[in-house]
Amino acid sequence: MAATQAVQTAGRIPGETATERTARVSGAAYRIRHHALNMGEVQGQGYVGQALGAADMLAAVYADQLRFRADDPEWSGRDRFLLSTGHYAIGHYAALAEAGIIPVEELETYGSDDSRLPMSGMSTYTPGMEISGGSLGHGLSIAVGIALGLRHQGSTARVYNFLSDGELDEGSTWEAAMGGHHHHLGNVTAMVDINALQADGKTDTVLRTEPVTEKWEAFGWYSQRVDGNDISALLAAFDNAAAQAAATGRPSVILCDTKVGRGVPLLEDREKAHFMRIEEHEWQTCREQLTAGYEEKASR
Amino acid sequence: MSTSTAPKLKTSAMIASFADPGQKTASAPFGHALVKAAQDNDKIVGLTADLGKYTDMHIFAQACPERFFQMGMAEQLLFGAAAGLAETGLVPFASTYSVFAARRAYDFLCLDAAEPNLNVNIVGGLPGLTTGYGPSHQATEDMAIFRGMPNLTIVDPCDSLDIEQAVPQLAASAGPSYLRLLRGNVPTVLDEYDYSFELGKAKVLRGGADVVFISSGLMTMRALQAAKALAAHHVDVAVVHAPTIKPFDAATVLAELNTDRLAVTLENHSAVGGLFETVASAVVTAGLAKRVVPIALPDQFLDAGALPTLHDRYGLTVQKIVAKVLGELG
Repeated sequence: MAATQAVQTAGRIPGETATERTARVSGAAYRIRHHALNMGEVQGQGYVGQALGAADMLAAVYADQLRFRADDPEWSGRDRFLLSTGHYAIGHYAALAEAGIIPVEELETYGSDDSRLPMSGMSTYTPGMEISGGSLGHGLSIAVGIALGLRHQGSTARVYNFLSDGELDEGSTWEAAMGGHHHHLGNVTAMVDINALQADGKTDTVLRTEPVTEKWEAFGWYSQRVDGNDISALLAAFDNAAAQAAATGRPSVILCDTKVGRGVPLLEDREKAHFMRIEEHEWQTCREQLTAGYEEKASR
Repeated sequence: MSTSTAPKLKTSAMIASFADPGQKTASAPFGHALVKAAQDNDKIVGLTADLGKYTDMHIFAQACPERFFQMGMAEQLLFGAAAGLAETGLVPFASTYSVFAARRAYDFLCLDAAEPNLNVNIVGGLPGLTTGYGPSHQATEDMAIFRGMPNLTIVDPCDSLDIEQAVPQLAASAGPSYLRLLRGNVPTVLDEYDYSFELGKAKVLRGGADVVFISSGLMTMRALQAAKALAAHHVDVAVVHAPTIKPFDAATVLAELNTDRLAVTLENHSAVGGLFETVASAVVTAGLAKRVVPIALPDQFLDAGALPTLHDRYGLTVQKIVAKVLGELG
């Protein structure tokens, strides 16, 4: 690829106000949710609840934080986004489509035979998918290695690891947390989706992970806890993390409290489940509710 | 009245030497080979999980401190991070004991390194029965565990020469590998033969009319010694060294097995899932009607104790090999 090729990242657009920045990312989050609902409908099921809950986090990353080239996903100077939670692939594919890395039309192949978009995300299948997640608790260890490797080779690229609160059950997550702190990996930002839900039920009934912020702080990470469905708060947290990394070299974690099904009242109010059941006739209602909510918020 | 008895052998150090008294050895061949390979390939990096001194990785750490990463006693992190380093184009060699690599970190090696086919090189100390510390440290089933992992190359070197020559080849070879490390003062054996290590190849070290040994790892050293001892019994023994367990050089081995000679496999590993079963599966797949006698560790958790005592107890000594062959020949 030519060196003159533009690096495609939203980042801060020169002259953009904070309000405009939030609105831009909110638009991306809306489209990510819309894509996720369409994918869910094609499949008839899927991890739609998680995708809706994490859409704001994914939008903040892909529309504001990451440096990448949409037509060259392997560009060596790119920031890395590692999806540790393989089952969130539905949301990640939506974000990759929003970012222009995969075509929107391809999303309807989600979970189908011979698709590049399998139900659980794998690096060997999908452009822009850095790792094969799914066996939970791997992402942060790989992130430590990538961050060490990038720094060793003089790269200023950053590594973002998306993980879930369920992955805080895994000892390997804490091995990696110690490693990131020990090696002063200021180029790593972990994002934890705290939706308080795991495969067998609510997190506090499966294995208590709280107090989460204090745990990360004790492991040496610059820790912030925010409403993960508040885009202004997310962007402010990313800005703080970057400033901290520059000043102290500490790795950062942004602990994001999110709501499963966010943006679609029908699903927000449904009994929470790891694998949310949505009836055939409900998909259109979901899309209409999503659009109505987005437009109502945007007009405020 | 005093009685004179032989001194009681002790378990002693965790890493007991299996070199014979007076045998030619090389010090830390892996560490030195890695330093040398790193001089030619600036992508090579080293990692360990708090076992640098015990896997000869400390030689590399001292020579190339900026290319060495200490990951602490955290094997999942060790291999996840090794995969991450490989994702950025580097060529990591990551060392720990074989038991921890195979048993504790398998999921990380499988999904983070093997599935994406990354050039992650696992260096496992204390393979098979090379310590008297008991099952916590004896990786008697490491090859059985690792053979099922797609994409993984498995190397079971005999001596210092094998290790020195394998390291640059593993670095140059795409995809993940597992090296059964011999560390410390490692015997030098194969320099007496017309031999060089070639990844993926088995080599005939010596011919023989009556018996053919197929061996790997330190058992090739014992096989060669046993072949010499059997000559005194007028038994002529061929020795085929098969250090690459996967992918296995079935063609070379089957050509040697397709004779009337007594066929024996020798390995420093459980009889389950290692060299014997690799050979057996090649034999059956080829439709060869050939009996193969395994000399291997038993399918059980082994005792703690002094290494010479244990090698004798479990049949890995030259004396036990000779007796087994003579018994088979009737």
